[in-house]
Amino acid sequence: MLSLTSVSAGYGSFQALFGVSLEVPQGEAVGVIGPNGAGKTTLMRVISGLIPLREGAVTLDGQPVGGLPAHRMVEQGIAHVPENRRLFARLSVEDNLRIGAYVPQARRRFTEQLAWVYGLFPRLKDRREQAAGTLSGGEQQMCAIGRALMSKPKLLLMDEPSAGLAPLVVAQVFELVQRIRAEGLTVLIVEQNVQQVLDVVDRAYLLEVGSIKLAGSSAEFKENSFIRRSYMGL
Amino acid sequence: MDPYLIEAIINGILLGGVLALLALGLNLIFGVIDVVWIAYADIVMCGMYVIYFLYVEYGIPLPLTCLMAIASIAALGVVVHLLIIAPVLNSAPINQLLATGGLLFFLQSFATLLFGTDFRNIGVRLPVLEIATLYISFSRLIAFAVGLIGAVALYLFLKRTYIGTAIRAIAQDREIVGLMGVDQRRIYLVTSAIGGALAGLAACLLALQYDVHPHIGNTFGPVIFMICVLGGLGNMIGGFIASFIISQIIAIGGYYANTELSYVLAFTFFIVLMFVRPRGIFAR
Amino acid sequence: MTVSRIAMLVGLVILIALPAVVPPYFLHLLIQILLWAFIYTAWALMGRFGFVSFGHGAFMGVGAYVPALLWTYYDVTPWIGIPLGIAFSMLLALVIGYPCFRLRVVGHYFALVTLALSQVVLLSLVAARDITGGSLGFTQKAVGHSWYALQFPEKSYFYGISIVVWLIGLYVWQRIDRSINREALEAISEDEDAAAAIGIDVLREKLRVTVISAALTALGGAIYAQYMMYLNPETVSGIAVSLQIVFAVIAGGVYSMLGPTVGSLLTLSLTEGLRVWFGTNFIGAANTIYGILLILCIIFMPQGIVGALKGLRFRLQHTKVAAPAE
Repeated sequence: MLSLTSVSAGYGSFQALFGVSLEVPQGEAVGVIGPNGAGKTTLMRVISGLIPLREGAVTLDGQPVGGLPAHRMVEQGIAHVPENRRLFARLSVEDNLRIGAYVPQARRRFTEQLAWVYGLFPRLKDRREQAAGTLSGGEQQMCAIGRALMSKPKLLLMDEPSAGLAPLVVAQVFELVQRIRAEGLTVLIVEQNVQQVLDVVDRAYLLEVGSIKLAGSSAEFKENSFIRRSYMGL
Repeated sequence: MDPYLIEAIINGILLGGVLALLALGLNLIFGVIDVVWIAYADIVMCGMYVIYFLYVEYGIPLPLTCLMAIASIAALGVVVHLLIIAPVLNSAPINQLLATGGLLFFLQSFATLLFGTDFRNIGVRLPVLEIATLYISFSRLIAFAVGLIGAVALYLFLKRTYIGTAIRAIAQDREIVGLMGVDQRRIYLVTSAIGGALAGLAACLLALQYDVHPHIGNTFGPVIFMICVLGGLGNMIGGFIASFIISQIIAIGGYYANTELSYVLAFTFFIVLMFVRPRGIFAR
Repeated sequence: MTVSRIAMLVGLVILIALPAVVPPYFLHLLIQILLWAFIYTAWALMGRFGFVSFGHGAFMGVGAYVPALLWTYYDVTPWIGIPLGIAFSMLLALVIGYPCFRLRVVGHYFALVTLALSQVVLLSLVAARDITGGSLGFTQKAVGHSWYALQFPEKSYFYGISIVVWLIGLYVWQRIDRSINREALEAISEDEDAAAAIGIDVLREKLRVTVISAALTALGGAIYAQYMMYLNPETVSGIAVSLQIVFAVIAGGVYSMLGPTVGSLLTLSLTEGLRVWFGTNFIGAANTIYGILLILCIIFMPQGIVGALKGLRFRLQHTKVAAPAE
């Protein structure tokens, strides 16, 4: 579904990605792991159009989408749950969800999407009038994922969904990812929490200093001695 | 109580309605685009000239004139954004302030060039309301009512529509709204148009009470900034409340002394309050 | 170094000799250019460190009105009146500056607080219409040629005085530029917290430069009032004057010693030229073009004319050096 071919990107004179290629097949969940500063967030940002594509190609269902600005990417069916959630803290939960359905095709389906998201995360329904900034960490992550789902995307990008959360909540977040997968969505997820992310994805990539160093199924990753030693502490 | 004092207080409340409208427009623009339009009051002045010419020179009926003024000033807001604000969006804040200050200079002198320095009045005389011993001008009453209606309409627009929600969201996180499918540039244009429309509406209300001349912006422009800063720049509810505080100071000060001293009092109050609450009275 | 010093001396000699050759009208223009250049330089003492004040209309207004009123109504000589005006202006700067800097009122907020100060002085002058004539202004009591009253019908005296104050302005600029305070102020303008952390007394440094700037501005206003004899609140105080000051400096360049002077020369000759060109039939035409130029200037040359020229020279020099290597 999503395919990147030798993508390069960066900020100003700093280059963060060097010819990254990867594939996310329809209906699968793919994880990208790697140390801090490897370019994981940059990868997500270039896919969702927050930073410009310098070289290479990004295609979605065979259509080239590389270099489109962020707001056009949403129309193409890519939704991005940003790092640190970035909720609109002073807006209510429901307003956060409403803005997730901003694109015209999503507005038409607002009521049914809202019912679907509330079905997935009943906690959000209880807190719909509350300002998003007053939610707990786990609830905020639910709200951020719900906001992204409101546009009824084909592909969901998740940038470090477990970052900054308590261990118990982290387990809940990965459970959320499972639930979303069960809904048939395609997911690309970036994580530092290697052990847990490998339990929820089908395939994985290892990103180090801006390049893909390893690719394989999650089972292969779990077996790989380098991954076990360097990223899982085993 | 002295009926003149009660009259002053009531007039203060009525003046507050128009000031609130302008404070809302300026705060909206600041909150969303992060630029202070120093020339905002001069854009109102343009609206007053539009009304004067359409109504007095071309004889177009007043309600239609008002609608045309609101539409044309909304368009002016968009033009100002495209020509002056957009090129300096990434410049230092002070340069943005100065660019709109240059616009102030330009609008005032261009108006002088076109229309001269004469004071012009649209010549609509509305009756004066007499309640017991109080005299209240009908045009002020209308201004107050329309000002409140405008504020409520803006509130509903921001609360109930997708664009309104996007406008509130963009003021909180400029970058991430793009991920929601919101085109930032389009929101800026819509915001500038709404800011312009509010200035146009205020122009309609002010034209009923005051003469228009090229420098009329100088009389209430600085007051609007004070109000916005007092309420907290970008905080629309704060600005709304501050409008009524400042208008009371001006009205009651005018009753005890004279107009200029009442403004001196309002500005001094502003300066002192800035020291007590540097981020506005309603700062979080 | 010596070459530029000789050039400066020659320039000064020419400047001093000018009254002998130019007609009175140009002398009048030159006096205004020099006086405003002085005021602009005073503003830029703060402005160059990013402390953008819209309150200099207030300092100028106080400096102009205090001695003029004292002379006209109480026969107090400007020799006493001017220092009083300056002192009052410095006091005003302290009263506004201390809480502002103490409470970290910066950026937009500082600009708007000082803007309010401008309006307070302007409106107070208008409100005191019994003695100031309100917005119609008033003319000082004239006594002809007198050192005691600091009044000279011949323009050459004021020409000399304005050269002196202008040089004072440049001297103060250079003193600050070469002092340790400059580095402290630059650190503050970069990051106040970091500056405070390395032991700079942020409050004191900011207050000092503000008070100096206010004092010089008041002196400029006083000389301006002595020269013009007629005073109007709108021409020496308020938001319009504050904006005029900021604009001219931005146009000329705020970061170099002669930037404000270039700004004054440029803006005054432009308005004067446009005024002559359009005549009195088109009131506002000159300022309309002026306004457009200001906007263009801020969009395309945020460093000002002098800054832009310096940038150009820098690029030219560097291409020259780089050329043989290729």
